Amino acid sequence: MDAEGRTGALTTAVEDGVAVVTLDLPGESVNKFSRAVRDEFRTTFTALQGDAAVRAIVITSGKQDVFLAGADIEEFVALRTVEEARRLSRDGQAMLDRIADSPKPVVAAIHGVCVGGGLELVLACHYRVATDHPKTVLASPEVQLGIIPGAGGCVRLPRLVGLRAALEMILTGKNVRAAKALKTGLVDELVPPAILRQVAVRAARRLADGPVRRKRRGGLRGWFFDRSALGQAIVLQRARAMTRKRTARHYPAPLAALDAIRYCLASGREQGLEHEAELFSRMAMTDVSRRLVEVFFATTALKKDPGVPPPAPSPRPVAQLAILGAGFMGSGIAAVAAAQAAVPVRLKDADLPRVSSGLKALAGIVDERVRRRSITRREAARQLALVSGGVDYAGFHAADLVIEAVFEDLDVKRQVLREVEAVARPGCVFASNTSTISISRIAEASTRPQTVVGMHFFSPVHRMPLLEVVVGERTAAETTVTAVAFGRRLGKTVIVVRDRPGFFVNRILAPYINEAGRLLMEGVPIPVIDRAMTGWGFPVGPVTLLDEVGLDVAAKAGHVMQEAFGGRLAQSCNLDALVADRRLGRKNGRGFFLYRAGKKSDPDPSVYGILGVTPAAPPVDDAPIAERLAFAMLNEAARALEEGVVAQPRDGDIGALFGIGFPAFRGGPFRTLDALGARAAVDTLARLAATHGDRFAPAASLVALAEHGGRFYPSNR
Amino acid sequence: MVGQNGRRVAIIAGCRTPFAKSGTVLKDLSAVELARLATRELLTRSEIPPAKVDQVIFGQVIPSVLAPNVAREVSLLPQFPRTVPAFSLNRACASSGQAVADAYDQIALGQADVIIAGGTESLSDIPILHSKRFAELLVQASRARTLGKRVATLAKVRPRDLVPVTPAIAEPSTGETMGQSAEKMAKENGITRQAQDEYALRSHRLAAQGTADGRLTSEIAPVFVPPTYDAVVADNGIRADSSLEQLAALKPAFDRRYGSVTAGNASPLTDGASAVLVMSDEAARALGYTPLAFVRSYAVAAVDPGAQLLMGPGYAVPTALERAGIAWKDLGLVEMHEAFASQVLSNIQAFESDMWAREHLGRSERIGEVDWEALNVMGGSIAIGHPFAATGGRIVTTLANEMRRRNVQFGLISVCAQGGMGFAMVLERM
Repeated sequence: MDAEGRTGALTTAVEDGVAVVTLDLPGESVNKFSRAVRDEFRTTFTALQGDAAVRAIVITSGKQDVFLAGADIEEFVALRTVEEARRLSRDGQAMLDRIADSPKPVVAAIHGVCVGGGLELVLACHYRVATDHPKTVLASPEVQLGIIPGAGGCVRLPRLVGLRAALEMILTGKNVRAAKALKTGLVDELVPPAILRQVAVRAARRLADGPVRRKRRGGLRGWFFDRSALGQAIVLQRARAMTRKRTARHYPAPLAALDAIRYCLASGREQGLEHEAELFSRMAMTDVSRRLVEVFFATTALKKDPGVPPPAPSPRPVAQLAILGAGFMGSGIAAVAAAQAAVPVRLKDADLPRVSSGLKALAGIVDERVRRRSITRREAARQLALVSGGVDYAGFHAADLVIEAVFEDLDVKRQVLREVEAVARPGCVFASNTSTISISRIAEASTRPQTVVGMHFFSPVHRMPLLEVVVGERTAAETTVTAVAFGRRLGKTVIVVRDRPGFFVNRILAPYINEAGRLLMEGVPIPVIDRAMTGWGFPVGPVTLLDEVGLDVAAKAGHVMQEAFGGRLAQSCNLDALVADRRLGRKNGRGFFLYRAGKKSDPDPSVYGILGVTPAAPPVDDAPIAERLAFAMLNEAARALEEGVVAQPRDGDIGALFGIGFPAFRGGPFRTLDALGARAAVDTLARLAATHGDRFAPAASLVALAEHGGRFYPSNR
Repeated sequence: MVGQNGRRVAIIAGCRTPFAKSGTVLKDLSAVELARLATRELLTRSEIPPAKVDQVIFGQVIPSVLAPNVAREVSLLPQFPRTVPAFSLNRACASSGQAVADAYDQIALGQADVIIAGGTESLSDIPILHSKRFAELLVQASRARTLGKRVATLAKVRPRDLVPVTPAIAEPSTGETMGQSAEKMAKENGITRQAQDEYALRSHRLAAQGTADGRLTSEIAPVFVPPTYDAVVADNGIRADSSLEQLAALKPAFDRRYGSVTAGNASPLTDGASAVLVMSDEAARALGYTPLAFVRSYAVAAVDPGAQLLMGPGYAVPTALERAGIAWKDLGLVEMHEAFASQVLSNIQAFESDMWAREHLGRSERIGEVDWEALNVMGGSIAIGHPFAATGGRIVTTLANEMRRRNVQFGLISVCAQGGMGFAMVLERM
């Protein structure tokens, strides 16, 4: 910033009566809408309005593949009061009004990411030209941070694209690609990147010559639902009902956005903007928004974390991947590696039929993406061509990383480790996708244990966003950073965990599942247990989760945890009896629930008989149930942190959010405990321990924090 | 022998898909896909870093109009950088032999160091054409400006215009099918039905042995065929239990009354692909490879297709031997492509005949006498199958591997091809 407060983000070049304003924030990889940038915009615009040589204006970006990534989130989190937030919103609105009201036409030339405040900027322009490039995406992701568009988006988006398309963007925050943006009228033209500027300048000149008529899309039906008062009322009512059902209990922002849009449609721009600012500022101060923003920061920080304390070595490049075991996990990892990392994969199993079924499963994952139109047939063919199968170790010598996903048995894992080391290059990293076996114990069979690490994927691999990288006793830092970096190339959110039973995610899941089992054995009906936790914010309840994970898998993990931690994590419900009854959960269509044509339906009443309980009448209040389940997990998270299973609360929170579906608005177990306060948490645990047993005895670290009023996260931010 | 400017050219490794009779287990894969599968497995097994490959050369006899340059489709496998140039060629059944020969030329001349050469054919996926009239009407209709004119144009289509045109395996210049040519050779050269059947039986017996002891299977990449991804691991034309009686019971296919060429003593229509990794000696050393064999020479020849169509090897073989500076008796192994038993036996008759040498080559002495212990020791195309352009790559790989196993110094490849052409190549070990 210079003496006059300029950031030097804007440069203007006038060509033939058209001023091309290029936004290029110095020293940043993306353009952000900070206060300084807004001020500079204002100054620049005032100057251009007074410049007789300028008839029209084009706004474009100097960044590669980013137009404008939205407001400066640092400024947003600094907001302390509703009034400050309202001022921020009004400030942005006023600036964009100047563009919208400019007598000289303003054209946006969009290439790359154009989201949040960036989208609101282009909405205020008079004409939008975008590139037909895959990197060009437009979105209004505010609700994902617990807020609503606050710079005119609620007013302008429905007017431009119609109500239905606007609702879809604002309520979900989903990315809109160039082709779809053209279809909805969000942009006026699509052009190849090479001629973007040229076409935008020509459009600006055309607009300066006189008004340009634009065709409205959608026909009569479109007009009715998007533009007529009655149609809009119907659409809004439906959207409200759906939003209430989906998120309203815990997430106020989508409903607030609906309110803002409804108000803006019914009133003029001025009142609409005022109302939008009002709702924006209220949302900005909610705890939910605070938590969501914290999660956003945590994930962003995690993406830059190499996974080991400094000085971190560079990760080894992975140009060839080999996978052992073509089962459900192995084929899933192969599919993700081909799709995300575009790396050649050799998939090996013991016999041809297993390789066949692995390749078939992989093709199923790829084909599903084609069916959902998320990739083209050509792209699918490219991904499939990356994965080859075999029954011998061909291709393993060239591999930089070998991931084993063979049968969950220590001797089997050690055997394949020895076989791999006999053929692999010395620097090759051997990663085990075990969920229950100690990495250090597997590595005992290794001649180079420093190259052995855990990569614990979650099932199904192509859907679950989390990866736990497990550091064994002798794992070298270089091995860890290589596993972390490759996990990230797979598009996963990676946390590094210590080699303790259950690692982090299954560790905190164990007491939670056990507590659900206890409730079941106490006669609490299955739907009540699940309802209590979905009510608390989990996407599915613990009993449904058991069916999804697989009862055999859960039973095995349960035994491991009991063996490692004793009575505190003793299995509570006889999963073995259910497994013996051939109940494996969703995968074989028999579990706690009944399945009809692959779809989960009601709980299976015969389960109670097998477990030897009689279901009691549903309780009046779910809260005591939710409390027991939640505190079992929260307390264990504190213990795991004490043992250094995760290096910091951030990693544990992210692990719980992405690995278990811990409610995002609560921010994770440690954020939840901080919000409660350690004192209150210890008191609740003491009460639960008195009633239900010692397993609820508060973790030492919680007690310590309670004594001096401490928190897991140092600041309040 | 050293190439013209001093570079030796090595055969490092080869790999092929199973060869499957057309319309069977590989019918759902296109020739492009087969070629890519063979090449991908060659990359994996040989561990050649894909970025080290300078060029890809592939042969295909009946290319698809949708992917006319199959070699480029291969070099656009995602394993390769996008920058590997590639060309496709057609020397009929000698196409992948020619691909190896071109690789040899380019490497010997210093134009490249590492080349993947191969061939592919899917005779389950041959282009079926429309009649010329129907094609013309379609083009006219697509140019019509109004719907009325378009309908009017299409209304001119008559049922007989819709009869598709299937390409036959016939010589365009003579109209004679390959089978008719083989039949003619049998008659003119006095090759009996029994001799042909015995030869065919030998081919099956030896191929079955080579499969059972793993020598042939080690060259085969298992193919997992979508959508079931069931594995195809072996050639499906080899009949270990074949007998002379069975072969004798078959009816002649091309001359019902006086013929002797049957489905049993001819190579079947086949789907498959092969790929061979070829390198300069220096590159092999630098990358740490031990060559299986080196290319010492090659030659091509052509005869009048109207005469005996498949006698090309009789001309190509002596030239290749001469260029290699060796004689037939120096050969420790000979691999002859078996289009038809009558063709193999006719070629051998020519090799062994002083008179034929005098009349056709202007040489005083015959080319040489065939040592049956060294000829097609793992059978040939009659049993294994013959995906036209893929056969040369198969033979190069099989010969080079067997030369290493037997520690043979010189080996010969001979392939007859459509258009009266013949192809021969001499491989050597240090």
